[in-house]
Amino acid sequence: MRARMNQAIAKAIADEMEADESVILMGEDIAVAEGPFKTSEGLLQRFGPERVRDTPISETGFLGAALGAAMTGLRPVVEIMFIEFLGVALDQLVTEAAMMHYLSAGRYRVPLVVRASVGAGLGFGCQHSQTLERWLVGTPGLKVAVASGARSAYGLTRAAIRDDNPVVVLEPRALYGEREDFEPDNALAELGTAEVRREGDEVTIVALGQTVNAALQAAEAAGFSAEVIDLSTLVPWDRTTVLGSVRRTRRLVIAEENQYSGGWGADLAAEVSASLFGDLRAPVLRITAPDVPVPFGAALEQRFVPSAGYIGEQVEAWLKTGQVPAPWWTVSA
Amino acid sequence: MVDGVGVSGVTALERRQQLAKGPLARLERMLEIRAVEDGVQELFAQGLVHGTTHTAQGQEAVVVAIAAATRPSDAVACTYRGHGLALALGVPIEAVLGEILGRRIGCMGGLGGSMHLSGPDVGLLPTMAIVGAGIPVAVGAALSAKVRGTDDVAVAVFGDGATNIGAFHEGLNLAAIWKLPTIFVCENNLYGEYSRIQLTTPVADLAVRAQSYDMPAEIVDGQQLDEVEAVVERAVTRARAGDGPTLIEAKTYRYVGHSRSDKAAYRPAGELEAWQARDPITLYAEQLCNAGTLGDLEGLRAEVAARVEESTKVALASPPAAAEHMFANVLVPAHGRSRQ
Repeated sequence: MRARMNQAIAKAIADEMEADESVILMGEDIAVAEGPFKTSEGLLQRFGPERVRDTPISETGFLGAALGAAMTGLRPVVEIMFIEFLGVALDQLVTEAAMMHYLSAGRYRVPLVVRASVGAGLGFGCQHSQTLERWLVGTPGLKVAVASGARSAYGLTRAAIRDDNPVVVLEPRALYGEREDFEPDNALAELGTAEVRREGDEVTIVALGQTVNAALQAAEAAGFSAEVIDLSTLVPWDRTTVLGSVRRTRRLVIAEENQYSGGWGADLAAEVSASLFGDLRAPVLRITAPDVPVPFGAALEQRFVPSAGYIGEQVEAWLKTGQVPAPWWTVSA
Repeated sequence: MVDGVGVSGVTALERRQQLAKGPLARLERMLEIRAVEDGVQELFAQGLVHGTTHTAQGQEAVVVAIAAATRPSDAVACTYRGHGLALALGVPIEAVLGEILGRRIGCMGGLGGSMHLSGPDVGLLPTMAIVGAGIPVAVGAALSAKVRGTDDVAVAVFGDGATNIGAFHEGLNLAAIWKLPTIFVCENNLYGEYSRIQLTTPVADLAVRAQSYDMPAEIVDGQQLDEVEAVVERAVTRARAGDGPTLIEAKTYRYVGHSRSDKAAYRPAGELEAWQARDPITLYAEQLCNAGTLGDLEGLRAEVAARVEESTKVALASPPAAAEHMFANVLVPAHGRSRQ
C-alpha cells in the first residue's frame, strides 16, 4: 500500500483494535476531529465512542487513567499531541507507569502505549518542536521507539500495542505527510531491533526518526561507502546490530535531531568507544543540533535540524582529518 | 515472597472475606491495623529497618469501612500511607511487615519498602508515593471496568493534601464527564505533611470541591466505622448502577506525625487528646458493647497482639531481598508475554 505516515499510524491502531477488543484509544481531539495530525482517521466511526475517546486537555488525568486501565485489563493507546505536553504528565509515565510492574513483584502488567508527535521543521516554535527523548531514556521499565516514516510507524505502533510494557512511540511531526510504499504484513517490527537501511563498509551512520532520511540521502550523495542504520528503538537499543556494523566499518557517525548535551547518541558513543576502542579508525562523530531552543524562522529551523548536506559535510571533513570537526554553530560564532 | 498467602495459610482473599462475618471481624481488623502500626514504629525505634514510614493510627475506621463495602475485584489505589488499607483489604500481616522490613516475604519481595505495598488478589494496586498520583489511575481502572462491561468499581484513597494537586482535579473531571464508577475517598486528617490544611486550602470542607465537577459528595465522621461504611456503600451502589462517581470526605486524624521523623510539634495543645477521646476502635467497641455483641474485648486484643507478634517474627526471619531479585520485573520479557 502507499500511505502517508499519519495514515499508516491510523491503520496500525485500527488493525490492533480489530484484533483485540481490549485496545482503546484516548487523547485530545482524536475521536470526533480524527486527530490534529489525522492519525486516527476513521477510528471513531469504526470502533465507536467507548473505545475511541476524546479527552479534556488534561494529560495527567488521561495518561493516569490509561495507566489504571492498562493495569486492569485494557491495552490503551494514548496520544500526546506534542511531546512537550508530556511535561505536565511525566509523573504518570516515568514514576508510575514505568514502575508498576516492578512495584507489584511482576503481578501487574502495564500494556500502555503513549504516542507523541515530536521534532522541528513545521514552524511551531520552540515549545512545540523538541524531540525530548532525553526525558525518557534513563527510565527503567519504559521502552522508547521512534518512527522514521510510514512503514516504520506502522510496524512500531503495532509492536508497541502488543507489548506488555509501557512503550512510548515518538512520531516526527514533519513526516506525517510523507508517503511511502509498504506491505503492512511485511512491516511488522520487533521492538529493540534496529534496521540496516543501507549497506556500506567504510562508515556506519546510526540515525533515528527524522535524521534517518537525511542520513540516507547523505550516504547516497557521498563519495564514501556508508552503512545507514535506523536505530528505531531507543530503549532498549540494538547493541548487536550497531556493534556488529561498527566492528566491520570501524567508524561510527551518530545523527541526532536533539541538542548535543544529554543527547541519546552520547550513550551509543560511550558504549561503542568502550567496546571497540582499539578497532576504531576515528573518534565517534556525533552530529546534533546546537544547545539552544528550536528557532522559529524557517531558515534557522532548517539549519537547526541536521540536514543531509550538513551530515555529508561533517562526515567528509571527519574522514579527511581523522578528527571530529567543529559543528556549524561553533564555526559560525 | 508472599503471593497473597500468609504464613498462617490464610490468603489475602480469605482475609478480605473475613470482614463479611460482621462487626466483630471489623473490630478485629481495626485492632490488627493499630497493633501493626504501633509495631512498625517500635521496629523503627529499635533500628531494625531503615528509611522512613508513614503510619495512620487513628484512621482505622475509614480503611476497614472501604474494605467492607467493596469486593476484591474492585480496584483500589492508595497513597504511601497505606499499611492500614493494605491490611484492611486483606494483604497478610507478614507481607506488609516484611515489605516494610525489606524482606523477601514482603508483598513485593522487599524491594519497595513502606510506601509501596500491593495486593493484586484483593484489588490493591501498587501504592504510590507521589501525592495524588493514584487518583487518575483509579479513574482508569473504573474506565476499564466500564469498557469491559463488568460492574466493578474503583476506589481512590488519598489525603486532604492531595486535593490541591492537579491530578485530583483532572481525575475528578474525567470521572465526571465519563460517568465512571469511581469512589474518591479523601481521608482528611487535617494535615498535609507538616502543614495544617487550612493554611494551604481556601475551603473548610474539601467535599465542596466536587461541585466543580457536578459530582455528588458526602462528608462523614471518619471515626465512626458504620457511618463511613454506609456512605461508601451508597457510593458503590450508585457506581455499580452506572450512576457515576462520588467524592467522600472522611474527617479523621492521624495520631502520629507525617513520617517517622516528624514529632508533630505543629499541632495545637489538646488537639491530639481531643481526637483520641473519639478513637475509632473505642467508639466501635462501645457501640458493640451497647448492642450486647462485643464479647471479650481484652481477649480479642490479646489474640490480635499474639498474631501480630508471630507475624513480626516470621517477617524478621525472612531473608532480605538479594541482588538478583532487583533485576526481575523491571520489564515483562517478550517471551513471557500474555494478554490479560
